[in-house]
Amino acid sequence: MIGARPVRSALIWATLAVALTVPVVFAASSPLLAWRDPIYIAAGFAGVVALALLLIQPLLAGGYLPGLRLRFSRRLHAWVGSGLVAAVVVHVAALWLTSPPDVVDALLLRSPTPFSAWGVVAMWAVFATALLAALRGRLRLKLVVWRLCHIILAVVIVVGSVVHAMMIDGTMGIVSKAALSALVMAAAVKVIFDLRLLADIRRMASRHRHRAMR
Amino acid sequence: MTDAPQARRTLIVAGAVTIGAVLTTGVSGLVAPLRAQGLAPTSTMRGGANNYRPGALIVDRIGGGGFWLTGTVRRAGDGAPIPRVRIQMWAHTTEGHERDPQSHGATLTDVNGVFRMEMPQIVPAFGQAHGHLAYDAEHDGNGFETVFLRPVMRSASDKSLSADFVLRRA
Repeated sequence: MIGARPVRSALIWATLAVALTVPVVFAASSPLLAWRDPIYIAAGFAGVVALALLLIQPLLAGGYLPGLRLRFSRRLHAWVGSGLVAAVVVHVAALWLTSPPDVVDALLLRSPTPFSAWGVVAMWAVFATALLAALRGRLRLKLVVWRLCHIILAVVIVVGSVVHAMMIDGTMGIVSKAALSALVMAAAVKVIFDLRLLADIRRMASRHRHRAMR
Repeated sequence: MTDAPQARRTLIVAGAVTIGAVLTTGVSGLVAPLRAQGLAPTSTMRGGANNYRPGALIVDRIGGGGFWLTGTVRRAGDGAPIPRVRIQMWAHTTEGHERDPQSHGATLTDVNGVFRMEMPQIVPAFGQAHGHLAYDAEHDGNGFETVFLRPVMRSASDKSLSADFVLRRA
């Protein structure tokens, strides 16, 4: 007899696999690809992959994926974070090769398309997060301070990326894009509440108050 | 005494012409109530000059066609149509990227200041289905200031796109 736990575990992994592959399959079958050269196609796929990685990140951070110990899950979170940086770099570099003036306009925040600025802000937040994570040992931040910085940047990344993606007339198609975006937002919101950041901050503030009174 | 009816008729005709002008001006008159001061020149749009290739040849049609890029060219101030003005255009279409030479072409306006270019279907690129148009003073002898436009299609399935120029004397 199969217990409830393995079934639930298999369901979670299967759901994640579907959530990650469906948008890629949609993008791969887009009619727009017929009119794009390989570099431009790669740029689009790097963007789709980056959005998909954004769904994995909160699930790893919160230890929600069955069968993974939290420690290993967090280590994987760092690796996927590096993958996210790589995906963003490929996305921007390949777009730049396709049309340099459009990318320069976007990076200088003077693009005629409003979604560019959302993407550029999310990009800088990704880089800042990676830098902060790389320097974490040296910065010796308190856990709560580290988490606060990391979560603020994560919110900027998630909101910026979702708005960026939703406004674009691209290869993903509106249905798979909206579904993936909704999952990304839901996963991010869940982990932020589960980490009980607000409670930690309140506790830290009250400790400071007590110390000040003494 | 004989002058009076004549004066009245002139007044009636003038009134009718004014009403006619207001009616024909229609929506644009409502949008630009300062019309009396003259038609304002079009400014270059953000990103309008991206992937521009100066001096595209005048062609009957860009590529296989099937899509129409149209518009008018008028003079700032009095709004008079400008004939024989060279308008260059390019876009990401089913036959090439914006930077590709075969995606570029130019045409001249007719006596009514109207231009029409048949080109391949414009498809979404860099997030929007859009076209590019240029009036480049360097490649036109009419002596107006350079303007670049970047109109966006309302829907990617549209079969045409239009953009109007109001040019200022250089």
